[in-house]
Amino acid sequence: MAHVKNHDYHILTPSVWPLLASVFAFIMLFGAVLFFHDSGPWVMLIGFVGVLYVMFGWWAETIKENGAGDHTPVVLIGLRYGFILFITSEVMFFAAWFWSFFKHAMYPMGPMSPLQDAQWPPAGIETFDPWHLPLINTLILLCSGAAATWAHHALAHENNRRDLKNGLILSVALGLIFTVFQAYEYSHAAFGFSGNIYGANFFMATGFHGFHVIVGTIFLFICYLRARRGHFTQESHLGFEAAAWYWHFVDVVWLFLFAAVYIWGG
Amino acid sequence: MADAAIHGHEHEDNRGFFTRWFMSTNHKDIGLLYLVVSALVGFISVTLTVYMRLELMHPGVQYMCLEGARFIADASADCTPNGHLWNVMITYHGVLMMFFVVIPALFGGFGNYFMPLQIGAPDMAFPRMNNLSFWLYVAGTSLGIASMLTPGGNDQLGSGVGWVLYPPLSTSEGGMSMDLAIFAVHVSGASSILGAINMITTFLNMRAPGMTLFKVPLFSWSIFVTSWLILLSLPVLAGAITMLLTDRNFGTTFFDPAGGGDPILYQHILWFFGHPEVYIIVLPGFGIISHVISTFSRKPVFGYLPMVWAIIAIGVLGFVVWAHHMYTVGMSLTQQSYFMLATMVIAVPTGVKVFSWIATMWGGSIEFKTPMLWAFGFLFLFTVGGVTGVVLSQAAVDRAYHDTYYVIAHFHYVMSLGAVFAIFAGVYYYFSKMTGRAYPEWAGKLHFWMMFIGANVTFFPQHFLGRQGMPRRYIDYPEAFAYWNEISSYGAFLSFASFVFFIGIVVYTLLAGARDTRANPWNEYADTLEWTLPSPPPEHTFEILPKQEEWDKSHAH
Repeated sequence: MAHVKNHDYHILTPSVWPLLASVFAFIMLFGAVLFFHDSGPWVMLIGFVGVLYVMFGWWAETIKENGAGDHTPVVLIGLRYGFILFITSEVMFFAAWFWSFFKHAMYPMGPMSPLQDAQWPPAGIETFDPWHLPLINTLILLCSGAAATWAHHALAHENNRRDLKNGLILSVALGLIFTVFQAYEYSHAAFGFSGNIYGANFFMATGFHGFHVIVGTIFLFICYLRARRGHFTQESHLGFEAAAWYWHFVDVVWLFLFAAVYIWGG
Repeated sequence: MADAAIHGHEHEDNRGFFTRWFMSTNHKDIGLLYLVVSALVGFISVTLTVYMRLELMHPGVQYMCLEGARFIADASADCTPNGHLWNVMITYHGVLMMFFVVIPALFGGFGNYFMPLQIGAPDMAFPRMNNLSFWLYVAGTSLGIASMLTPGGNDQLGSGVGWVLYPPLSTSEGGMSMDLAIFAVHVSGASSILGAINMITTFLNMRAPGMTLFKVPLFSWSIFVTSWLILLSLPVLAGAITMLLTDRNFGTTFFDPAGGGDPILYQHILWFFGHPEVYIIVLPGFGIISHVISTFSRKPVFGYLPMVWAIIAIGVLGFVVWAHHMYTVGMSLTQQSYFMLATMVIAVPTGVKVFSWIATMWGGSIEFKTPMLWAFGFLFLFTVGGVTGVVLSQAAVDRAYHDTYYVIAHFHYVMSLGAVFAIFAGVYYYFSKMTGRAYPEWAGKLHFWMMFIGANVTFFPQHFLGRQGMPRRYIDYPEAFAYWNEISSYGAFLSFASFVFFIGIVVYTLLAGARDTRANPWNEYADTLEWTLPSPPPEHTFEILPKQEEWDKSHAH
């Protein structure tokens, strides 16, 4: 009777990745604290490389399991739920940064607070013109999202693998351009990161968004590599779907940042 | 035991020790790991409180001296009060209990072990990620303990900022300790979020054939709702403590008025997480209590559907009442009125639950086995804590009670006497299920009475101290508060003794307890699916999914 099963759920064999992930996460964060207190970044970097190694190994294994047919329809539904929930938690993470931004923009602190609000942007802060580089960046990111959708459409409706790859590499390229432009913008900021609330809000909110852009770009690039290797079928391409969802989430966060931080609060 | 024969496939378990406990992808093993580690951390955390109560037993400072911490008072030696040590004790007691004991025990431990069993799932949706949750919890705990032992403020070890980590204390506390504590909370948050994703997916996607949402047992429902609270509130906390981290290390001014920031903002974001956290802690306990009361009253739970909706309502309302923790920070009257009203509304679904439990017992054939004693204790004490909660929800009354021992008494009644009693109810209810061994009934009962008396003697007098105006978070107090403080300390020592006794019970039962491998040691009202399995359950359960008649004992709700 052993190992007879009448269900389609995925029962995994023991794995060392979770343990390794946590060990490296501990090393990375302990190292980060050492780094904050002037002890050099090496411990942190070792932990970081370890975390990257685990991500690579773990997800490579997941892709192999997918190829081996472990991902039955019901498992795929579960993976979809899981990824949507992950994005939900990410949305709530950004809620904290928007909370801080809106609080300070609507009720700026000054010497007379809370009887009388100060001004926003704070005195002496010169903000970016939203209709310049930020607008261009908005269009770039939206185009990148459209390219990802094009790739998905090509795969799901026409099984056109050439357009799948073209769409993916285009959206990756546009994502990279966005990151470069954002870095360029940062280097020309007329306000600093430290010492003023405008800079803190601006750089942390757009910075965490930028980090998500980089993660999303890598995610899409992995999809591109997988597409070249012949992964993904017309019916089943969950990895790509997840990357596309993530990318659109990053898009939407940017639209809120653009509307709130750059236009309304600028 | 026909059911057991169907689901208990006896096959050889040939996993090695390391493979089984360090590389696990098995929800039952991971659940056990959670329970064991949270018990260890709980022991550390409880030890801190005993030291605190020792210091508070008499006016003046006798033990926490700058000349060195003592365990035996010595009137002949000088003793300069070491406020930092005191602050470190209260901080780590709070942080450890909040993040590293109660959630891991109830949500990680019982949730992992029994939610999949109750819904007839062969394992969790993401078994490998489940283990990541556990090991991240261990990593977080390690960072937390490391934080206590590394250089912090006042050129001493550890951070003395309170578990809420309010700025400016937390942004100005020196040393590495505070940064480690922040990362500890980050990591434990990541662990809980991954766990929540796993639980929600399992609940939605892996219920036994025919088990529609409103046929799911109450404990599984409570875990499902708890998961949503974790998923939606913990990332917000992660944002807030990231702001603390950058304020501390990179010169940002989120919470520093000198740079246009606002320390009150931190309190808002913290409590937006912190209030749902209260329900994250207690909801799984509600679930366990429902099953225990139903089993030992020999009646199905009264009002299943209202019970489910009450859990959902408490979960939703938990998100819109956070600022009742901050009545005294200078909010407008309108804000205070809103938070006061919203808070009182929570008493309605909570009342639905309490009265449904009472109605479950009404006319039942009640059997006072150990788990039922704990459930009884829970019911009484949680209600006391709930009632003082309604008192504290009044913004005007809170002016007098804010940051006094009345608040301490209130939240220990709901957490120490509520959630922790629920944990013990669960431990005794499920002990033979998890281990295949029965604890000595007399020992479980003795443990209950020691803890029940101890905890009440500890915390009930603190209501009086609060009403006399004794503020919390101080190492010392005037003579006037001496009487009830001394009594409170005796209670703490008795509670600690009961905890040590409990550890003794567990060790004894595991090594020499009577074997009890019956699938269901209680009665036919323990009718959820985990009671159809042999004790302890085999490595893999429900490899053949359960049929509806195995669990659907009642009419459609």
